[in-house]
Amino acid sequence: MEAYFIAIGIIALIYVILSLGLTLQYGLTGLINFGHVGFFAIGAYTSALLALKGVPLVFSFAAAAALAGLAAWPLGLVSLRLRDDYFAIVTLGFSEVVRIVITSERWLTNGVQGLPGIPRLYEGLGGSAAQLAVLVTVLAVTLVGAWIIRRIAGSPFGRLIEAIRDNEEAVQALGKDPARFKVQVLVVGAALAGIAGAFYAHYITYIVPDQFIPLVTFYVWMAIIMGGVGRVSGAIVGTAILMLFLEGSRFLRDIVPGVSEVDMASVRIGAVGLLLVLFIMYRPQGLMGDYTKR
Amino acid sequence: MSLEIHDISKAFGGFRALDGVRLTIETGSLFGIIGPNGAGKSTLFSVVSGFARADEGQIRLDGQSLDSLSPPARARAGMVRTFQVPREFRHLTVRENLMAAAPKQTGESLLGLFFRPGRVREEEGAIAERVNQTIRFLKLSAVADQPSGKLSGGQKKLLELGRALMVEPRLILLDEPFAGVNPVLIGEIMERITELNTRGIGFAIIEHDLEALTRLVPQLAVMDRGKVLAQGAPQAVLDDPLVREAYLGGVS
Repeated sequence: MEAYFIAIGIIALIYVILSLGLTLQYGLTGLINFGHVGFFAIGAYTSALLALKGVPLVFSFAAAAALAGLAAWPLGLVSLRLRDDYFAIVTLGFSEVVRIVITSERWLTNGVQGLPGIPRLYEGLGGSAAQLAVLVTVLAVTLVGAWIIRRIAGSPFGRLIEAIRDNEEAVQALGKDPARFKVQVLVVGAALAGIAGAFYAHYITYIVPDQFIPLVTFYVWMAIIMGGVGRVSGAIVGTAILMLFLEGSRFLRDIVPGVSEVDMASVRIGAVGLLLVLFIMYRPQGLMGDYTKR
Repeated sequence: MSLEIHDISKAFGGFRALDGVRLTIETGSLFGIIGPNGAGKSTLFSVVSGFARADEGQIRLDGQSLDSLSPPARARAGMVRTFQVPREFRHLTVRENLMAAAPKQTGESLLGLFFRPGRVREEEGAIAERVNQTIRFLKLSAVADQPSGKLSGGQKKLLELGRALMVEPRLILLDEPFAGVNPVLIGEIMERITELNTRGIGFAIIEHDLEALTRLVPQLAVMDRGKVLAQGAPQAVLDDPLVREAYLGGVS
């Protein structure tokens, strides 16, 4: 049971790191990024491929962050020309392109068969000690990430990206270029997603393209909506609620009779969907409150 | 020192919103622009501030060509515009709106933010002091820490003026500063504009409220159907038969 909770904790923290990136991009800057999973995938594959070639994990993680961040650059330039909803469509398309490229470029990624045998973190420790060490490491990275986003939110940079969210043309009229800020925000959020992807790859040890479908992006969206858009605490609490329902609904099978293993997967997603609907109806600002309630 | 608008034309499809507009506005002056709806006044501001591209013509500010500059670059060159419908950053407080407008902040770069925290703090202190002065000057103290989205129409106009001031421009383009503002606040805004002008800041003002505008500015231009009909002292301009025909519908 302890191993199970550690496992859930690691996955939950990986989702928190993803949520932090989206909090910066959408909650503070108003950029609707529907392609978050694309950067997660780039991070996972980058670190996995490098580690399988014998590159030390410190460097493979750094490369995952760098490459995911770099991939956000062209999207940032696109964001300058597209309004909210169009940008959302482009990002969604981007993440699907990433997934399809990974599926097709078999010489590099082994296609649909995926990459097995990705080295674990702290392999030398073995067993539950290694698991615990991974949990502590992910927690430390999450806390650093949360600190960085909070620091940005409370700074002149944060003030300006919130101004961009509220009215981009007024920002231009005051002599500041929204483009510069949006590109940076996308790169930072993508780099965080890349790190999350690296943790995921080295924890699961086996990645295939099908793990990187848009549903992952929308889980992250659900988390920040339930927690409270534009708040670091919202990203954390929202992910906790999401995990509680995704994982907690596993145990429904023991209580509700006549539901098969296969049906259960749908029931779980249905439960999360219902939860999201209830939140939007009765607490649209999320559990921790959003940026509109200052 | 002046803003020179030289033969500017701008068409939307078949409609010529601006048709060879030629105007020279002294940067230290108070200059009014009037005209009936659809005369092209707001389009002129959009083109001058770079938000819309002119089809033809040139714009210069104090001798510097603005034609190839983006809207933010034009603002940094010393000319800031406001909007007909106020565009406050509605989830930010009045104070934060003004602080966001201060130019050249180290804390607006991520590198500066994380590697020069001391300098960022120092600058924030200085900006906060300037913001306090601006808030007092505009008499917005009572609402300084309220979300700006909750302000009245007139207060939003004042806030936009305040944000423009934070940029320290030589010329401010005001788009209908009195529209939807109660008469008491109109007097207040006029006083502030006059006082700022004595400090050397120029204003070009689009306004429908003819009576308020003629009290405020010594010079004005009348536009109609994308052209400047007349330009000069208010009374002379308003007596111009062309202007009476276009703007006052020929009523004497």
